[in-house]
Amino acid sequence: MMFYENIRLALFSLKANKMRALLTMLGIIIGISSVIAIMTVGNSVTSTVTDSMNSMGVNNITVGLQQKEQEEETTQEGMSFGGGRSSSVTREEDYFTREMLENYCETYADSIAGISVSESLGQGRIQDGGLYANVSAMGTSLGYFLANDLELLAGRYFSQTEMDEGYRVAMVSDVVVNNMFDGDMDKAIGSIVQVNVGDKYYDFAVIGVYQYEQSAMMISLVSEKDTMTNLYIPLRTAMEINHSESYSQFTVITRDGVDSDAFADTTENFLSAYYRNNRNFEPSAFSMASMVEIMSDMMSTITTAIAVIAGIALLVGGIGVMNIMLVSITERTREIGTRKALGAPNSAIRLQFIIESIVICLIGDFIGIVLGVILGISAANFLGAAATPSPESILLSLGFSMGIGIFFGYYPANKAAQMDPIEALRYE
Amino acid sequence: MSKRAMIELKDIYKRFYIGTPNELQVLNGINLTIYEGEFVAIVGASGSGKSTLMNIIGALDRPTEGQYHLEGLDMTAAKDKDLSGIRNRKIGFVFQTYNLIARTNALKNVEMPMLYAGITGKKRVERAKELLTMVGMADRMKHLPEELSGGQKQRVAIARAMGNDPAIILADEPTGALDSATGRMVMDLFHKLHKEQGKTIVLITHSPELAEETERVVTIKDGSIIGERQGGDI
Repeated sequence: MMFYENIRLALFSLKANKMRALLTMLGIIIGISSVIAIMTVGNSVTSTVTDSMNSMGVNNITVGLQQKEQEEETTQEGMSFGGGRSSSVTREEDYFTREMLENYCETYADSIAGISVSESLGQGRIQDGGLYANVSAMGTSLGYFLANDLELLAGRYFSQTEMDEGYRVAMVSDVVVNNMFDGDMDKAIGSIVQVNVGDKYYDFAVIGVYQYEQSAMMISLVSEKDTMTNLYIPLRTAMEINHSESYSQFTVITRDGVDSDAFADTTENFLSAYYRNNRNFEPSAFSMASMVEIMSDMMSTITTAIAVIAGIALLVGGIGVMNIMLVSITERTREIGTRKALGAPNSAIRLQFIIESIVICLIGDFIGIVLGVILGISAANFLGAAATPSPESILLSLGFSMGIGIFFGYYPANKAAQMDPIEALRYE
Repeated sequence: MSKRAMIELKDIYKRFYIGTPNELQVLNGINLTIYEGEFVAIVGASGSGKSTLMNIIGALDRPTEGQYHLEGLDMTAAKDKDLSGIRNRKIGFVFQTYNLIARTNALKNVEMPMLYAGITGKKRVERAKELLTMVGMADRMKHLPEELSGGQKQRVAIARAMGNDPAIILADEPTGALDSATGRMVMDLFHKLHKEQGKTIVLITHSPELAEETERVVTIKDGSIIGERQGGDI
């Protein structure tokens, strides 16, 4: 009962000094809204990035080349020979060879579910009379489909023979089928499409249609008709066309149950053997899991930094609340004296002012939450991430602002409670 | 006398700034007994010590020396914590400056002592309405103090003092800030409470005319009682 009365009293006293109350709350509002906003943005970005990384597969390990750390001697030696072979540009002979990959796959057959390698042919256009479709032609290994989770709508993937022998076959997206075959997939399968890349024309037989998925992080500015989609051909085919014999990078898909972090190290060690004599480059392998980890580490660092700033804002806000509470009890000295004369125990006076302080903080908190959520959602939308307000941060802010109310309200409230009723009644 | 003693003051001394060169003795061994149902005026010039005496009777202050019993209860032995409960239940204060709580309507003001006494909900509101009706303020229950005249404020304050049906009503210059007509109205209200409800009323005033209306006048000067006589009855 006392509790309800106190809340009513607190609201009355705030209503009487609206401007003052608002200014007092400002620190709390700024602190809370920035916490909520940043947590909303952080949450949204993290979950979007994690989602897209997960959809790429947490079992994936990306293997590429990195520059070796040059030892002092080597550098000087290299300098004395006038630069020589020391280079930061990768050449054909630095890349992974087919032999390396085959050895690697054989050695770790138990752990590897597939290898995704791609060789780009370039961007071009399928044309047939007035009909056209923009494509990016790309040679891929079978593991590529495993790594990228493509949904097959019609037809089939490449056969082993097609892969090994470099057949001129292709998988096209539903966009291509819509543009070239009026959406008729049955008609598309088995048809020959002529692809114009650069100044050359290639013919491919369509064997499969996959579902084109727009990237969540990108906003398409072109119409469906002009959308560029991937045209997949067997890796061998693309390598033969490009006269290429090696791979600059590839992705390993590990079998379920394999620790991809540890396997990334294994992979690096295995391939390093081939690069012992390479002066400039060595292989490097990253698991997707470790990238996700790095990403969330980064996010949490940013979040912590903002939280510290918000904490300072809340501290300043809390001091503001304390200040205004001290002013308030001074203004209401006679009221306090009267209440005491009418039999209010010290504890009741203390409670009254602590509740008033909590009410100020909670109203500030509420405004801060609303502003923070609006700000966070707009910022997340701006960044193109799906906005996910974090309920924990809202609960946390409630607890926090209540804590501030109690902490910074206690001293003024106690001062009021300890007032001498005679002095207080005499106060002008 | 067959009547029960309400207030018993025995050799009450009050000194301020004890142990300093400014030590000030305000009360000089006051002996005073007020019986149940009495209407007593304590009269004295300003600086005579009557306010200090009122604070002691009202349990807002403690004597430096002496014994004070309220309804037989030893007030000098009571703890600070108990004193607020005693003020709440046994004493009804009426101040010269009304001291209504700002921004709080008449009804809520009257409810306040009952709130601190832990009287809940409907019962409290009913009682507050009853009291406001008794002082003739039934039609202004929802008014804020700033919307009331001085006399109306003082009537609300009297209703508030009656909230927990206290043993004594302690009125400190209740008409001091009012013109004579409204002051008359307030005094009539005290007489009504005294006659109809048998309340013990202690009126502190510097005005001999007002004091004359009460049953007994206690005159105090320089911290001592210098005279005591039966007042005229009206």
